[in-house]
Amino acid sequence: MKERPLIFEMSKPGRKAYSLPDCDVPHLALEDMVPRECLRDDDARLPEVSEVDVVRHFTRLSQLNYGVDSGFYPLGSCTMKYNPKVNEDVAALSGFTQVHPLQPAETVQGCLEILYRMDRLLSEITGMDSFSLQPAAGAHGEMTGLMIIKAYHQHCGDVKRNKIVVPDSAHGTNPASAAMVGFDVVEVKSNDRGEVDLEALKAVVDDTTAGLMLTNPNTLGLFEGNILEIADIVHKAGGLLYYDGANMNAILGIARPGDMGFDVVHLNLHKTFSTPHGGGGPGSGPIGVKKELEPFLPVPMVGFKDGRYYLDYDRPLSIGRVKSFYGNFGVVVKAYAYIMSMGAEGLKKVSESAVLNANYLMELLKGYYLVPYNRRCMHEFVISAQRQKEKGVSALDIAKRLMDFGFHPPTMYFPLIVKEALMIEPTETESKETLDAFADALIEIAREVEEQPEKVKGAPHTTPVRRLDEVRAARNPVLRWKP
Amino acid sequence: MKVINGLKYSKDHEWVKVEGNRAIIGITDYAQDSLGDIVFIDLPEVGRTVRAGDAVAVVESVKAASDVYSPVSGTVIEVNTSLEASPELINQDPYENWILVLEMSDPGELGSLMDAEGYERFCEEEA
Repeated sequence: MKERPLIFEMSKPGRKAYSLPDCDVPHLALEDMVPRECLRDDDARLPEVSEVDVVRHFTRLSQLNYGVDSGFYPLGSCTMKYNPKVNEDVAALSGFTQVHPLQPAETVQGCLEILYRMDRLLSEITGMDSFSLQPAAGAHGEMTGLMIIKAYHQHCGDVKRNKIVVPDSAHGTNPASAAMVGFDVVEVKSNDRGEVDLEALKAVVDDTTAGLMLTNPNTLGLFEGNILEIADIVHKAGGLLYYDGANMNAILGIARPGDMGFDVVHLNLHKTFSTPHGGGGPGSGPIGVKKELEPFLPVPMVGFKDGRYYLDYDRPLSIGRVKSFYGNFGVVVKAYAYIMSMGAEGLKKVSESAVLNANYLMELLKGYYLVPYNRRCMHEFVISAQRQKEKGVSALDIAKRLMDFGFHPPTMYFPLIVKEALMIEPTETESKETLDAFADALIEIAREVEEQPEKVKGAPHTTPVRRLDEVRAARNPVLRWKP
Repeated sequence: MKVINGLKYSKDHEWVKVEGNRAIIGITDYAQDSLGDIVFIDLPEVGRTVRAGDAVAVVESVKAASDVYSPVSGTVIEVNTSLEASPELINQDPYENWILVLEMSDPGELGSLMDAEGYERFCEEEA
């Protein structure tokens, strides 16, 4: 691709994209209206470009973008499902957009009602007792949940509980969030079925265990069949169970974390509940708890008394605020619209189709790629490019080659316990035709690895840019334009 | 995959070169190959005491960030600061470019590590 200039580099002095009428009020110098110390010394360095320059520049950029609206996006553990446009219509209603978060509660009863009802809906879906909608995304939800666990143990005078146990297949955010909240992280091994090893778990939990963080189904796309025993082991040691909701798309309407013994849950509305995801979202990571942890939830909660909704700040044991105002409200509205339009039966079908699609795709690929945990998967599965690696072709090369076939690559090199991992999550929104086309592409690439490996190693060939220098990008990132 | 005779090896893919009471520690060729291009390394402070199995450094590649575990107990007496500016040296020669040196507090721990032959077998089983 020909290098296109940045919009700053297109700037020509005096060129502009607007023409304003003559000013019909007396001109006042800026210095006379704004205190000197509030004025900038230099002019803002904004590009001087024409309207058509701006339109072409950003149209071109938008065409380079690859999103779920342009194609299949099987990014494992991310649930890149299609987001129905009706969600956007609902969130754009003026009753939601033309309000201010500091308005008196009496004037925004509708907005508060949405928050209140969403708490009830998410509680029903997960089997928890109460939700805070404040956390801005999944990792923020994890941090909030762990702060609640910490506050709970401290409130009980159980101050020596400073360890959080995570499986070796965990999302990287789990140990990172635990460390952020000041816990020590203890890793527990998976067994040869890809599940938490019960004996290894028993060996690491004791009276210093604050809790266990678990994703179920886990990051291998496998359901932890021993979950009740796992919960029992952790609870008997006095610890709490934290559910990472990243993989909730597999069990909607079928199984509930609350019934499995989890005490704290976070959900990713931008995964499971079909709100935009990636490119900054914004996301939303509501946190749900069981009754005994309710007092520790962030303030404010939305209450309902005498027919009115109100913001409840009178919660003395609360960990406090974790986000300005009430979370990413617009995202909550979109997810609410999704849940209401799907209904209980619809949500159950979501998970059934997500699991069916993943198993179908796994069966198609089995003959061509190593499947390290060869059993029924849930909503996603992991294959390994170890066979291809023997020919000198890595998971990274295969991922890059997929782009030539017009697909977004799957998650690579995760979970860490599988070598040359490719983690594929088709989601429920894809048709059989799309799944077949994706499988055909991967099968074709497996053939290329045998016959012309250099073609795969040199991929991508058809994208606007070829292989990027990831080392340089990581070590010397250029984050802003400088003249 | 390159393995060097005379070094001791851990199951977490670190190597140890013993010089008297000093343990020179790095990561193996297998480790650097699995990690891919290394972009950052986080070195420990000199003077820190570590137990065998403690995370003592962090190696970050384009794929993942991984802990380096100390194969033996002791006190950090030297770190290879040239890796801070050029972490890719580990990819180029993982045995020449050591990460840290420990003054061992219990040289007996070396007995639980593998020799070159044992480590080679271990890697084959892993693959």
